[in-house]
Amino acid sequence: MESNQQIIAKGIFKSYKDVKALEDISFSIPRGELFGFIGPDGAGKTTLFRILVTLLLQDKGEINLFGLDSRRDFRKVRLMTGYMPGRFSLYQDLSVEENLTFFATIFGTTIKENYHLIRDIYSQIEPFKKRPAGKLSGGMKQKLALSCALIHKPELLVLDEPTTGVDAVSRKEFWEMLGNLKKLGITIIVSTPYMDEASLCDRVALIQDGKIMQTDTPANIVSSYSAPLYAIRSEKMHKLINDLRTFPETASAYTFGQYIHLTLTPTAKAEDVVGFLSEKNHTGLEINTISPNIEDCFMNLMVK
Amino acid sequence: MKRLRGFIIKEFYHIFRDYRTMVILFGLPVVQVLLFGFVLTNEVKDANIAVLDKSKDAETMNIINKLTSSGYFMLNAVLESEDEVEGVFQEGKVKQVVIFEENFAKTLKNEGRARIQLLADASDPNTAQTLVNYTTAVVNTYLAEKAKSEGKQLLIDVVPKMLYNPAMEASYMFVPGVIAIVLMLISSMITSISIAREKELGTMEVLLVSPLRAGQIIIGKVVPYVFLSFLIAATILLVGRFVFGVPINGPLGLLLAESLLFILLALSLGILVSTVSKTQQTAMLISLFALLLPTILLSGLIFPIENMPLLLQYISHAIPAKYFVIILKNIMIKGTGLESVWFETIVLGGITLFFILLSVLNFKKRLE
Repeated sequence: MESNQQIIAKGIFKSYKDVKALEDISFSIPRGELFGFIGPDGAGKTTLFRILVTLLLQDKGEINLFGLDSRRDFRKVRLMTGYMPGRFSLYQDLSVEENLTFFATIFGTTIKENYHLIRDIYSQIEPFKKRPAGKLSGGMKQKLALSCALIHKPELLVLDEPTTGVDAVSRKEFWEMLGNLKKLGITIIVSTPYMDEASLCDRVALIQDGKIMQTDTPANIVSSYSAPLYAIRSEKMHKLINDLRTFPETASAYTFGQYIHLTLTPTAKAEDVVGFLSEKNHTGLEINTISPNIEDCFMNLMVK
Repeated sequence: MKRLRGFIIKEFYHIFRDYRTMVILFGLPVVQVLLFGFVLTNEVKDANIAVLDKSKDAETMNIINKLTSSGYFMLNAVLESEDEVEGVFQEGKVKQVVIFEENFAKTLKNEGRARIQLLADASDPNTAQTLVNYTTAVVNTYLAEKAKSEGKQLLIDVVPKMLYNPAMEASYMFVPGVIAIVLMLISSMITSISIAREKELGTMEVLLVSPLRAGQIIIGKVVPYVFLSFLIAATILLVGRFVFGVPINGPLGLLLAESLLFILLALSLGILVSTVSKTQQTAMLISLFALLLPTILLSGLIFPIENMPLLLQYISHAIPAKYFVIILKNIMIKGTGLESVWFETIVLGGITLFFILLSVLNFKKRLE
């Protein structure tokens, strides 16, 4: 694929004093993809995004965004990028409309010119356009921030945890909007700590402690999950997880909703666990083989 | 250009939305001027005066009557010769002596112009100034009444002379001083806070990734505050002029131009502060301790520089407000023009240029 049709990161390193924030991050994202970085807080997502939008300089490595070098051509990169930082970063004392007008102006455009891009999103908050941005609900703030990031018709949209702190309904709406933007050909890079959102991306990279552990489509990540996964419950859940962690054949055990998800070392079988738990006087024992979801994959990778 | 305009409009929204800060910005200087002024000014009521009337005619009698019936003055002594003047002041019996020249009424009638000499005890400079102002006012009212009834324009020159403190240092000092303090405070602190706020709230991240250049962000931040600071400087000058009668003897245009220069200087300092502070609080503390306190203590506003230890005298050369106060004093009180303050102007201009360059260079296009 030609370099101006994709974003390529090669061997990105970044440290803050003694802390290694990013270690050898490499990926490539073709134009028009909805790409997700999934990882817990402190994994390095925000640092990576700031480097992507040229706010920070990497210590080592190169990023090429559609043919532009993130270091050398940083002004051009800024022009074609729409960035939504993790924190709500609009002017709280300015009204919805004033915020949007301001961002349109500093990018040298007008609301009218690119209204078609934001119509679906902005029309939902337009009834409140005279309201100060600080007085909007969490979901509406995100919609406004997205509108502001879109107003200059960016080719690339970088969204740092856009759905953190937003209610479930608004989150769902937000992802629908991203789907629509993707149809317009905009490349979207998004980060989230929510595993359930991973399946909504075209491809995801699982990131932890500044390293990418796996990059693939959500379906492939799930299907590459090797070991059988068991969901276990009993009447005494707390004792159950402690006991499971003392079981020598346990590879991983973690609470997942009402169940404990368990993987075993390759040699062990489900019957061994049942036997072990019966000795520990567990009653109401229930054990099922289940198919893993993204979160299981992530937990699995974390243990490794 | 359009981008810059959009940015400036946004800054004005911030300023006008935050009405509490606005009240402080305009209230503080006024309160300070009034406070300084009234703390230094004694209420003048029934002040003891003496009269030396070398003419003893109808006009002088009338004027003396007007003075004593005004409620401001009490006639304490009637003097016969100038030798007695020193005595009554020394005894502390009177605050002011009014001297009528010989043939007062005759001169007034024939030449249409006569002289009254005022001697005021300026060891208490504010009271002295107030007494002189009151006396002048009474005499002028008398003349106005006379002009009305007789249809003749007459002139009486009231010639005040300040004894013991002819330069009246303390009394006028506070207005130039307050202008310097307030401009330093508002221009530097408010600008630095407004930039630090963008960093704190995360909006700076978005501004930085926008195509706005460092220079545009800085100009956008500075322009609204130049405007605001200028209004405030004018407010202080007006309050000083009309509440306390602080004169503006020199050219007004030059005075305003010098104020503008000082405002720019303070703003560039504010931007410099903001480039090193990440939060609004840090910005406030730095401007308070690094800018405001030296301004108050070392610029000669409160403590005369000549009385300071040698080391502090040297340090005071680095305090921009010192030069500004010298300029203000020269223009406002001594009434001189650019020829007497060119050196200070060049110093201020140089410092301003230096700090503006430094802050533009120091302004980071990235987050680190």
